[in-house]
Amino acid sequence: MSDLDLSPLLHRLESYHSRGRTSLLPALHDAQQIYGYIPRVAAEAVGQALNVPLAEIYGVIEFYSLFYSQPVGKTVIHICNDPACALAGSETLFKQIRFQQEAAPTGNSSSSLTIEMAPCLGLCEHAPAVLVQGQPVARADRQTWQDLVSGRGERPSSLLGGTVSILTANCGLGHTVELSEYLDLGGYQALRKALQTPPRQIIEEIKAAGLVGRGGAAFPTGLKWEAAANAPGSVKYVVCNADEAEPGTFKDRVLMEDDPHSILEGIIIAGYAIGAQKGYVYIRGEYLLPYQAMKKAVEDAREAGFLGNNILDTDFNFDIEIRRGAGAYICGEETALFESIEGKRGFPRLKPPFPTTHGLFGKPTVINNVETLANVPVIIRKGAAHYRKLGTEKSPGSKLFCLSGDVVRPGLYEVPFGIPFHHLLYDLAGGVRPGHHLQAALFGGAAGAFATPDHLNVRLTFEDLKEAGLPLGSGVITVFDETRDLRDICLRLARFFAEESCGKCYPCQMGTQRQFEILERIARGEVQQEDWERLQDVGWTMTDSSLCGLGQTAASAILSAMKHFPHLFQPI
Amino acid sequence: MSETIRLTIDQQSVEVPAGSTILQAAQQAGIQIPTICYHDHCTANGLCRICGVEVEGTRTLQPACVVQVRDGMVIHTRSERVIRSRRTILEMLASSVDLSESPEIQAMIQEYSSDLYRFPDAEARRPTVIDDNPMYIRDYAKCILCWRCVQVCAEDAQYTYAINFSGRGYETQISTFYEIPMPESTCVFCGQCVGVCPTGALKPKRQWLLEMGYSPDEIMSLTRSQRQRRKRREEISANPS
Amino acid sequence: MLNAEKVVPTTCPYCGVGCNLELHVRDEFIYKVTSPFDSVVNHGNLCVKGRFGYDFIYNKERVTVPLIRKQPQTPGQRTQAFDRSAWREVSWDEALDYTADRLVEIYQRDGSKAMAVYCCAKATNEDNYLLQKFFRAVFRTNNVDHCTRLCHAASVVALQMAIGSAAMSNTAAEVSDCDVFILTGSNPTENHPIIALQMKAAVQKHGAKLIVVDPRRIEMVNYATLYLPIRPGSDVPVFSAMAHVILKENLYNRQFIEERTENFEAFATSMEKFTPEFAEQISGVDRGLIIEAARMYATAHNGAIFWALGIPESTHGTANALSLINLALLTGHVGRKGTGLNPLRGQNNVQGASDSGAMPWHYPGYQAVDNEENARRWEEAWHIEPGGLNRQRGLTTTEILAAVHPGGVRALYIMGENPMMSEPNLNHTRKKMQELEFLVAQDLFINESGAFADVFLPAASWAEKEGTFTNTDRRVQRVRQVIPPRGQSRPDWEIICDLAKRVERRLNRPNSAYWDYHHPAEILEEMGRYVPDYAGIRYDRIEKVGLQTPVPTPDHPGTPYLYGERFPRGRAKFHPLEYIPNAEMPDEEYPLILSTGRVLEHWHGGTLTRHSWMDDLFPEALMDIHPADAARLGIHDGSPVRVTSRRGSIVLRAKVTTKTNIGVVFIPFHFREAAANLLTTDALDPQAKIPEYKAAVVRVTPTSEEELTAVFESQPRGRY
Repeated sequence: MSDLDLSPLLHRLESYHSRGRTSLLPALHDAQQIYGYIPRVAAEAVGQALNVPLAEIYGVIEFYSLFYSQPVGKTVIHICNDPACALAGSETLFKQIRFQQEAAPTGNSSSSLTIEMAPCLGLCEHAPAVLVQGQPVARADRQTWQDLVSGRGERPSSLLGGTVSILTANCGLGHTVELSEYLDLGGYQALRKALQTPPRQIIEEIKAAGLVGRGGAAFPTGLKWEAAANAPGSVKYVVCNADEAEPGTFKDRVLMEDDPHSILEGIIIAGYAIGAQKGYVYIRGEYLLPYQAMKKAVEDAREAGFLGNNILDTDFNFDIEIRRGAGAYICGEETALFESIEGKRGFPRLKPPFPTTHGLFGKPTVINNVETLANVPVIIRKGAAHYRKLGTEKSPGSKLFCLSGDVVRPGLYEVPFGIPFHHLLYDLAGGVRPGHHLQAALFGGAAGAFATPDHLNVRLTFEDLKEAGLPLGSGVITVFDETRDLRDICLRLARFFAEESCGKCYPCQMGTQRQFEILERIARGEVQQEDWERLQDVGWTMTDSSLCGLGQTAASAILSAMKHFPHLFQPI
Repeated sequence: MSETIRLTIDQQSVEVPAGSTILQAAQQAGIQIPTICYHDHCTANGLCRICGVEVEGTRTLQPACVVQVRDGMVIHTRSERVIRSRRTILEMLASSVDLSESPEIQAMIQEYSSDLYRFPDAEARRPTVIDDNPMYIRDYAKCILCWRCVQVCAEDAQYTYAINFSGRGYETQISTFYEIPMPESTCVFCGQCVGVCPTGALKPKRQWLLEMGYSPDEIMSLTRSQRQRRKRREEISANPS
Repeated sequence: MLNAEKVVPTTCPYCGVGCNLELHVRDEFIYKVTSPFDSVVNHGNLCVKGRFGYDFIYNKERVTVPLIRKQPQTPGQRTQAFDRSAWREVSWDEALDYTADRLVEIYQRDGSKAMAVYCCAKATNEDNYLLQKFFRAVFRTNNVDHCTRLCHAASVVALQMAIGSAAMSNTAAEVSDCDVFILTGSNPTENHPIIALQMKAAVQKHGAKLIVVDPRRIEMVNYATLYLPIRPGSDVPVFSAMAHVILKENLYNRQFIEERTENFEAFATSMEKFTPEFAEQISGVDRGLIIEAARMYATAHNGAIFWALGIPESTHGTANALSLINLALLTGHVGRKGTGLNPLRGQNNVQGASDSGAMPWHYPGYQAVDNEENARRWEEAWHIEPGGLNRQRGLTTTEILAAVHPGGVRALYIMGENPMMSEPNLNHTRKKMQELEFLVAQDLFINESGAFADVFLPAASWAEKEGTFTNTDRRVQRVRQVIPPRGQSRPDWEIICDLAKRVERRLNRPNSAYWDYHHPAEILEEMGRYVPDYAGIRYDRIEKVGLQTPVPTPDHPGTPYLYGERFPRGRAKFHPLEYIPNAEMPDEEYPLILSTGRVLEHWHGGTLTRHSWMDDLFPEALMDIHPADAARLGIHDGSPVRVTSRRGSIVLRAKVTTKTNIGVVFIPFHFREAAANLLTTDALDPQAKIPEYKAAVVRVTPTSEEELTAVFESQPRGRY
């Protein structure tokens, strides 16, 4: 029998009871917040209140990295270990923090500290990045030990650059643009205009603008909206995919922290266009500040009549709920995201059927990336023709690029589609760090491919990069100079996938693990003759046979490294 | 839907009712496609991917057990990509779990010439046998994570929900709530899970004891009433009063 | 990895679902049970008993050699001998000759009224047919009965009265075609697990709405649209109030009533007094729920009623069942697929034992013994002189025991039953058993009843013989021999034939009733010649899949649901009803109502399951008590309590749970060290003679650990 005081939890569970299983992740977040971890009796209370079988609750807790079923320290520190932060010395940082923890006398904070390595925290321009009790700390290697563990570390601010300022017009001001400022800056004009326009026309405008998804898949947004609008059924949803977790990516973090209303405006317009009544924003669990900014923005918008019933005196009813992830990269995959909102382990679903007909809760759903939705008010306000003035025929508009790694000025760069890579790297971002030159650049994050100096002239558009054999992805570029051992980078990418694989389908569940094991040995310098074929077989099997995009791209960076830098994977 | 679909599998023309899967169409045409996780009695998840086939016009291999046929589909069940994929999946499986009691999978390994020792660094999954109840044992070193047991305990048959997963990715295991012993969970020992397990990971305890070399008499002497009788006899002989 | 030497298909010996099993054998040891996924009854699903509960076959305590009591037993001084040292091992010849001698002695002295037999709802159709034939043809007595008397006798009587036949009208799997179904007095997740799965799937996957009417909060309530937590014994008011609402709101099926029923007017008039308010007062259920349930059931396309022993095991069990039948007739929810009147039979072959004539008032096929035409037919079948068969209705099980005294029943033959655990008011049962002059036990283990016997005849288990079982939805299925009979045990039917011949020789009968069967198939064929419902069943027709009776001809495919065209008695009959309270109502001295029944892991008297590994899963008796009652009485979960009724007292541990409701406690009747039937009342339903197991009144007081007769290491269980 436990003497745990369940009353604070039970109080919170009262509000979740009527919605059942979909409230599972919020309830578990609450339990964790109250007790520091999720004790068994708390999980039982959650199961009772939400009518969810206990074994399934345990399965959910075990799936998500940020949920703990066993007690952890009072202060939990996550240290990012993915390429950009590794380049900035995260391993050393980890050792230093560990040393400090062991050296400090017992009785103070050191015994109630838990230190964990984490996958990319979306703070790559502030590498090496650390979360202390969920709060981000920038340039953690420059903080004192005391400041770090007590949460007084330096807060990251937005680092912006680029030649245009359309999506980032309200970013980088040093604070979050809240409702009144947003309105002053012309906010919610697009929504006003949209609500006076027939929904079908909105969809046509988005189609005419040629907007494609900014999350990596680049699917034509207008077609997606049209399919959902045409789908049978009266209950429909809009979901904003804010589970940005691709190593090297942080653009959505900046947009949400600095200009949350621009995203909300895009969601509401989308809801109006397809005939939805409800929108969800699913924000990765590690993004505490964006969550707080978006939550406040929703509350303010609701109070001012931009959400709720009869928005702006029309008969359009729409509301938005903010949901937190709990540490799972796979939940950025659209169907896994739906599963997560529904209160389950984030296993991707089979497609077909597709989200536009069978999405969240089995209903027609439009799911778009944060940046995609930020484009929507821009297009509606100025029109498709104006939007197309930037960029190219096939890649219209502007794009946010995340530069990190061995670059002089890491940060978020908004540029029109079509500029050449070298312009972005050297002219805008200051080039490779002084005294060094470019060895390779990883385009598209862990799921991407390596570019070499041969690619410097490639124009940054979907069509040009595709021809060059490189993914645009979500616009992430991590730069490596000549001192970097790409085998170590490949190892980190492989470890990332092995840890983030959901474990459902065999090729990825086992393939990511086998790939990681082989690269561990290769990174130590012990390459065997057979390793080439092994990596090729495992890699292509994952690419050909995996159930979802994670597995299908888990080997792409490694296979591209094998193509461009074969000597690294052959015995000496 | 009573329409007929016409498609081509391995250069053979096949006609099947709409709603059939590629697997069903192949079966009708006498073409064998291997399956591992698929079971008639359970919801198909298409997760082992061994039934993947090449469908002209699609980027990735399509799982035959769940994908429905469309008019004019052209399918190759033994292309190079398919063979490589199947062989590698089997090799990875052989390096991860104990397949000693999975004759069907072993036969596939033979058929696709998989090399059992392809991955010398492989960290196999080798948890110890869980013997926490009188009815069946759980030897998860043999578990291939086909999901059947979890499903029949849930909506596919029993609606009891005693087991689900722990961990994620390669470290995934089947587990009870907070890993409590099975009798403490909602398990009713119906054995539906034992009935669908393809690898002997779930096995009746009596069978397991027999395999370990216990005689039937020894096994029967382990029931509670026999244990209590022995205990009483021991107590009596210790304290003859 | 073990490979089976053989895999033999058979039918489960436990409950009335009758799952199809495959037994895997090596070196004559059954080590695994599977079920084919395309099996018609259970689709590969089993419960713990079917899957793992066969090991009693090999328990060391199983008797496999005939035994005779060393110390001769005298009426009034009869003692129980559980220990083998009190018995002498003898040959079959000696045992059967001794038995024949004693039976003949008593028969010749006192006549047929002194002879009685308990047939066995676990034995095969062939075993039962022969045993009742033996006692009817040779001893000319109708004191033939079996445990259905304690089980569904009232359902059978009510169905006979109203419809003319007594079996589950539809097939259990048809629940997926229901849009509304009522579940009352039944806890299928523990007692008919496969049917529970079908019901859960009907609700979850096929959109069926479930109405549960029960004094306990059983697991199926989690799937119910409506739950009516009635007080035990208030079934007639509640179901009649539903009928009242249906009548008042004109929701009844006029066409069906006009075309296929009779006595509607008298019934409608008697329903007037059963207002929802009245029902609420008696049952404690909110009248709004009763009204909603009535509307839901009446307006369904396919409505069905499923019930188990909460309905018949009452002093007004027949009336309870009639109230359900009235509802089905009122709404026309019978005679079509996905509807029906569905009593869920408990034992694996209680339907078959009843069909085979193991009943005091009926020959096989429910042919009344006091009907001249029927008697003549069976006299011809059994080569008996005209007028030889007894035309008087015999005694039921409880009446048989009550009649044990000089001048009454003197000899009792028990095949596979355990009245010392399953009859009500066990202190009284004990006294009666003690007064027997001669008792034969034919069984696998020396249980509480067999311990009283003079002679023990070791029978083969269900896995050691051939035969057929008839399950609850009337499917006759094959039972196959998987291993040879252990030790010297013999199939029941063989023992009966051997004994019958010996008795006939001693009685110098001119004709033998015929006992020279070579194979049980011949026995079923003989029965089929005189029982139209079984006429078309042959072993070679049921090799793969059983057939559902009636099967009137050799090419008839069997009957999934009944009464499509007509009812056996022509028109079905409505019955007016009255409210009659339980035999005992709670008062200050005995404030709680005791209900009894089964748990998932055990079977009835425990003869089989307490000799199995299943006993490990559920080793001790537990009394379910509601938290509010427990708090009031100062009882915690697991604390020992003394439970006392007017008839007896037991001590066991309490389980504080919301599975039972306030004012009701539940004790399973499997555990001899805390036998629930010491407490139950032997008050009977006047028509069916079935005891009121579901409503005795008791007093519960906390007591000390020392008072527990047995102490077990407890294994906490998490199942519902």
